[in-house]
Amino acid sequence: MSDKLNLVLNVWRQKGPKDAGRFVRYEVKDISTHMSFLEMLDVLNERLLAQGEEPIAFDHDCREGICGACGVVIDGSPHGPSKRTTTCQLHMRSFRSGQELTVEPWRAAAFPVLRDLVVDRSALDRIIQAGGYVGVRSGSPRDANSIPVRKEDADLAMDAAACIGCGACVAACPNASASLFTAAKISHLALLPQGQPERRERAIAMVARMDGEGFGHCTNHGECESSCPKGISVDNIARMNREFLAAAAASRRPLGAEAKDDDGGA
Amino acid sequence: MAQPTGFLSTTVGQKALMALSGLALVGFVIAHMLGNLQVFLGPEALNAYARSLRAVPALLWAARAVLLLSVVAHVSTAIRLVQRAAAARPQGYRQAHHAATTYAARTMKISGPLLALFIAYHLAHLTFPGVAMGGYIHSPTDVYANVVAGFSIPWVAGIYVVAQVLLALHLYHGIWSMLQSLGASHPRIVQPRRALAQGLALLVLAGNLSIPIGVQLGVVR
Repeated sequence: MSDKLNLVLNVWRQKGPKDAGRFVRYEVKDISTHMSFLEMLDVLNERLLAQGEEPIAFDHDCREGICGACGVVIDGSPHGPSKRTTTCQLHMRSFRSGQELTVEPWRAAAFPVLRDLVVDRSALDRIIQAGGYVGVRSGSPRDANSIPVRKEDADLAMDAAACIGCGACVAACPNASASLFTAAKISHLALLPQGQPERRERAIAMVARMDGEGFGHCTNHGECESSCPKGISVDNIARMNREFLAAAAASRRPLGAEAKDDDGGA
Repeated sequence: MAQPTGFLSTTVGQKALMALSGLALVGFVIAHMLGNLQVFLGPEALNAYARSLRAVPALLWAARAVLLLSVVAHVSTAIRLVQRAAAARPQGYRQAHHAATTYAARTMKISGPLLALFIAYHLAHLTFPGVAMGGYIHSPTDVYANVVAGFSIPWVAGIYVVAQVLLALHLYHGIWSMLQSLGASHPRIVQPRRALAQGLALLVLAGNLSIPIGVQLGVVR
């Protein structure tokens, strides 16, 4: 088997947020199957620079699948065809020589395109700011196991906390919903003792912020779970719904009062 | 987009309303099917059942009010959410790809409005008096004769068969989605959720299909 590929890429090029954008066709040759998808784009960008053209802008940072910075939609699949894999960990051996690929940015009103394949995902940061934290005095670190946590809860919380906030769930969702992201963040704190004091306010404030950012609703297709590089389960969405409904039923304040001091929002 | 200011202005609240109104409608669909299966017990049984439904007018109208409210809530919330989803992704992908979703889930937006049209037709066909079917004149008391006369016409039976397939698809995704929207995801029911949705959808499909097909085959005369 040859370890070199030739590919045709149809890449979304957009000069800035106001530009209409269009697809541009590029042929790339002699791509090593050991390269990652981002390294393949690096090779193409080297060539574009040498030709005096603008390189393709794309987000990336750690390139080891743990930071959540990278992500493009390849042939309609966020992060490409491999399961539980970020774009930086997607290897070119996943493709056949001669294949023609469409490379697009995450598409959502809440994720405006900044340039080419780079989108502004700060809407996810504002959802975290609305309640995705534990408001305690930090002090010096506690001894391990000084707060007992059931093994099952610790496992579920850890599974939810594996979310790297890349936004692939939003990109994959037919409604551009951020439910899986928000649910993972609500879940991992709701499952742990440290998250209990603010549990109700958190569920209400984070759901309200998610809606306020203009994400769609969840219609339970499961596309998010299937494209999530960390395999976050849609069971977390059911938990978010349960947390929100219980909190709304128990809340003494009208809904929305929690978010008064919130300065986020687009 | 503005921050939501009330329970029903959040997407989770709206989905809970979809789920609860859907639950009322699922309950009706199952009860309606079980009641109508009495057509196989003969004219006396079915007509007596029809009379008993109207025995206490207050109850009849209470049930109708709950159903009407559920339909209004279900349809109006669906329209609101579909508009929201369209606004959430103004520009789609050049190449669409589905990895996990089902045919039933993707067609909810189509099966819903088609079922609403079918319900209007179904009411006009068997409930509102005076709708003639072929040479037959609708009877307000002989429900059995109305059913047999209506379903004897092949295209009428055909509409019902197609509508029941749409209903089964809508119920399959709807029941699974309802449990998810209401947060029913306890480990003990995570696995049976899909099976429950499939089982109920198939049960309603089989029960409801048996009536027009039974008339067409001459089992019910």
